[in-house]
Amino acid sequence: MEEILYFLQQVINGLTIGSTYALIAIGYTMVYGIIGMINFAHGEIYMIGTYVTFIVISALGMLGIANPFFLMGAALLVAVLVSCAYGFAVERVAYRPVRGSKRLIALISAIGMSIFLQNYMRLAQGSRDMAISSLIPGGWEFGIESFAVNLSYMQVIIFGVTLGCMLLLSTFISRSRLGRACRACSQDAGMARLLGINTDMIISMTFVIGAALAAVAGLLLGMYYGVVNPYIGFLAGLKAFTAAVLGGIGSIPGAMLGGLLLGVAEALTGGYLSTEYKDVVAFGLLILILLFRPSGILGKPEVEKI
Amino acid sequence: MTEHVEDVGILASCAGEVLAPQDAMLALENLTTHYGPVQALNDVSLAVGKGEIVTLIGANGAGKTTLLMSICGDPRPTSGRVWFEGEEITGTPTARVMRGGLSVVPEGRRIFTGMTVEENLAMGGYYQTREENERSIEHVLDLFPRLRERFNQRGGTMSGGEQQMLAIGRALMSRPRLLLLDEPSLGLAPIVIGQIFDIVEQLREQGTTIFLVEQNAHRALSIADRGYVLEHGHVVLADSGKALLANDDVRRAYLGG
Repeated sequence: MEEILYFLQQVINGLTIGSTYALIAIGYTMVYGIIGMINFAHGEIYMIGTYVTFIVISALGMLGIANPFFLMGAALLVAVLVSCAYGFAVERVAYRPVRGSKRLIALISAIGMSIFLQNYMRLAQGSRDMAISSLIPGGWEFGIESFAVNLSYMQVIIFGVTLGCMLLLSTFISRSRLGRACRACSQDAGMARLLGINTDMIISMTFVIGAALAAVAGLLLGMYYGVVNPYIGFLAGLKAFTAAVLGGIGSIPGAMLGGLLLGVAEALTGGYLSTEYKDVVAFGLLILILLFRPSGILGKPEVEKI
Repeated sequence: MTEHVEDVGILASCAGEVLAPQDAMLALENLTTHYGPVQALNDVSLAVGKGEIVTLIGANGAGKTTLLMSICGDPRPTSGRVWFEGEEITGTPTARVMRGGLSVVPEGRRIFTGMTVEENLAMGGYYQTREENERSIEHVLDLFPRLRERFNQRGGTMSGGEQQMLAIGRALMSRPRLLLLDEPSLGLAPIVIGQIFDIVEQLREQGTTIFLVEQNAHRALSIADRGYVLEHGHVVLADSGKALLANDDVRRAYLGG
């Protein structure tokens, strides 16, 4: 019984982290799907989202506002707006001018953007860890005498918000007119242009949606861990990238699945082996998937477009 | 037939009257297009009058597809001018050109295979209001009853003929005044080719001007008012469809004797 509960605890923790990976991974996968490049500055957008959360919560806290849900809502709104602006600008500044040139050039531009944003944040906010006060403490406990499973309120909020975002995004992509144009562009952007569609606008929108979801993840993880520094984007970005590849880069359901799987795999490693091996397992998984199934779990094998 | 026909009267319609580029539905003036260092089109001029079916025939690699796509601005011509309904559209971004009253059914159909027939059609009328879009879809389904049966099916799961109908239907969604067709008969069974050509004639009767690029020269010239023959990126012959069908050089080169 104890073993089962222990396992359950690891899975709960894993799904919590995994859902935020999934949120970030969607940004990688959508951008890849539409312009075939990896946006390596995406992790930085997540980091900016976390900083904005920190700033909004601290500022409103100083004004004496204490309602945690109001604080969270305000932080969410501002973080999403600011991150969207960054996502839009990053595409305009770093990617659009090099679109159509060799892949390596876009990649270097992306890495440059990532380094720039990281250091810009370091200058603006300092490189120290900042603490985000815990707004929503506590949770439920259930189990037997010798072992109790913890499910914190914050974890439930993370599941809920993530689920809500996923549903919203899926509905948008499958039902709305813009979502349809998005799918058409990712299948054949040239054809979409031949139908009169402004593909530049669709590409910008993809970056903005990805940034919004990364900001949500930044808020959730920031509140969950309670810490932010200018370097958190690097690891989170790599993890989410791994999740996107695991699920099949270019596939939105794949990014969701990949994120959850990666989170659970990490938590189980932490729970049964040692937390130090967490990253080893995560990136080991990336290597394995690249070796044996480069198209990922839900991805289709790449067909060269003629 | 490789020697260039000097002054083929490119802007002359079959009735003998000469169309200025501004008066034609579509006119190309001395168009030259390169793919990198390779010259694909060399000083091409032609015109399509309102309400005509004009065909462009030529061998594989003669530059037919390049010519058609140059009209859409993709690739952009190196020199020369493109006119559509009296306005110069040379250098206009592709998406803007395509919103202006012309549509293309490109080589290889390029339907969105992962999307349903309905979604594919809706993409063709992207800038319409919901009501306009629904009306256009109804119009296309009347033209292609087969698409009605396949309405909720994914494009990629349909036969080649059905996909071609979908590609044409999608192009018609925006109610184009000029329809550009790139080898609509390619890879289709003869009976389906017949249906497609019937539709093309029907469209013209409804007032759509047609510019048809074809390798299937016999079929194309049979329905065309006028035709141009493209060789090595250059127009070498221009005449009425009937005259080209009877032309010895054309018969030898494109109609199998």
